[in-house]
Amino acid sequence: MLETNRYQRQILFTPIGETGQEKLSRSHVLIVGTGALGSSSAEALARAGVGHLTLIDRDYVEESNLQRQQLFSEEDMRQKTPKAIAAKQRLSQVNSHIHIDAIVGDAEIDLLRQIAPKVDLIIDATDNFETRLLLNDTAQKYQKPWIYGAVVASYGVTFTVLPDKTPCLQCLAEYIPNNGATCDSVGIIQPVVQKVVSQQVTEALKLLTGNEAALSGKLIAFDLWENQHTEIEVASLRKADCPSCSEKRSYPNLAYDARLKTAVLCGRNTVQLRPQRKKTDLAEVAKELQKNNQIKLFQNPYLLSFEVDSFRVVLFQDGRVLIHGTMDQLEAKTIYHRYLG
Amino acid sequence: MKITVNGNGLEVQEDIKHIKGLIDFLGLEDKPLIVEHNQQILQKEAHEKAVLESGDKVEIVHFVGGG
Ligand SMILES: [Zn+2]
Repeated sequence: MLETNRYQRQILFTPIGETGQEKLSRSHVLIVGTGALGSSSAEALARAGVGHLTLIDRDYVEESNLQRQQLFSEEDMRQKTPKAIAAKQRLSQVNSHIHIDAIVGDAEIDLLRQIAPKVDLIIDATDNFETRLLLNDTAQKYQKPWIYGAVVASYGVTFTVLPDKTPCLQCLAEYIPNNGATCDSVGIIQPVVQKVVSQQVTEALKLLTGNEAALSGKLIAFDLWENQHTEIEVASLRKADCPSCSEKRSYPNLAYDARLKTAVLCGRNTVQLRPQRKKTDLAEVAKELQKNNQIKLFQNPYLLSFEVDSFRVVLFQDGRVLIHGTMDQLEAKTIYHRYLG
Repeated sequence: MKITVNGNGLEVQEDIKHIKGLIDFLGLEDKPLIVEHNQQILQKEAHEKAVLESGDKVEIVHFVGGG
């Protein structure tokens, strides 16, 4: 049941109306990443009355997030609260009538496979193309729309991928920059986040309320500082032999990789390691580490953190480890094996 | 000659003769770009053949990863 006044202004907006609002309340949206883009779209969709939100994020709140990640507070930073948890806490204050699932972890194949079939659409708020390609193939496989969004400096890009209608990200693979180029050392201003999210959330509202005809259909890019706005019709870039969205599809981005996975986190001087085994008993690990009196431990219900030499190591319940203070994957592995097996 | 790049007017020297020259001039040669020239998307191989004329409209977009 809808609360009478809450969505009145949105219902007065004719393309949404009572019917659209009802649809929103029955919708389920997956937001992958709860950093800058994810915080902002989650808040917009929660306020709009989307009935069910699932948030996935692998990181925890740090001081440098507060400038642009609107759901987080200084207290979240002090507590090193995982972003998905902190986001859920704030969103529950904003709208207590919707259902929110918060998942602290990597958006990896198995997790996405569990969630994707149940959702109406996926919002991309990740910070890397590896995850986006995974999202892309998952979305193609389960025939779900997903909305690409990305930002760096004062520049933003967004595009809505519709199964069987638009090109998918794999069709556009030749335009994906290599890893180094996406790692931003050039910073970011907050308004560009809002601008990309405005676009993403509006597209989401159109899709969820049955207004597909109103979708943009174009690749949109802008540079707020340079006063540039560009829209390109990319329909012609859909590939007839795309391995992810054509009839000959094989979903190359869903192929398993069983090794210890490492990833350099952009602009963070951090390496993530993801071992195959799941679930870690943090208390058990803490007990082991405390035997070494050089190590100073910090713990909250979700993670364990300690400093050693010039590194800070953060271990999550799902077994993932972040090693801050290096971008060198080999060095990170050495530290991992030295202290955590 | 005067052309429009991403919605803004740009005065370029006559020695910039094609799209590739423009991309080099803008310092974007190292990025994978989606380029639209007078509403036509150009494959990379075509950048050198696409002749620039006064009044042309060029849109240049690149993907970024941050979120
Ligand atoms: Zn495709």
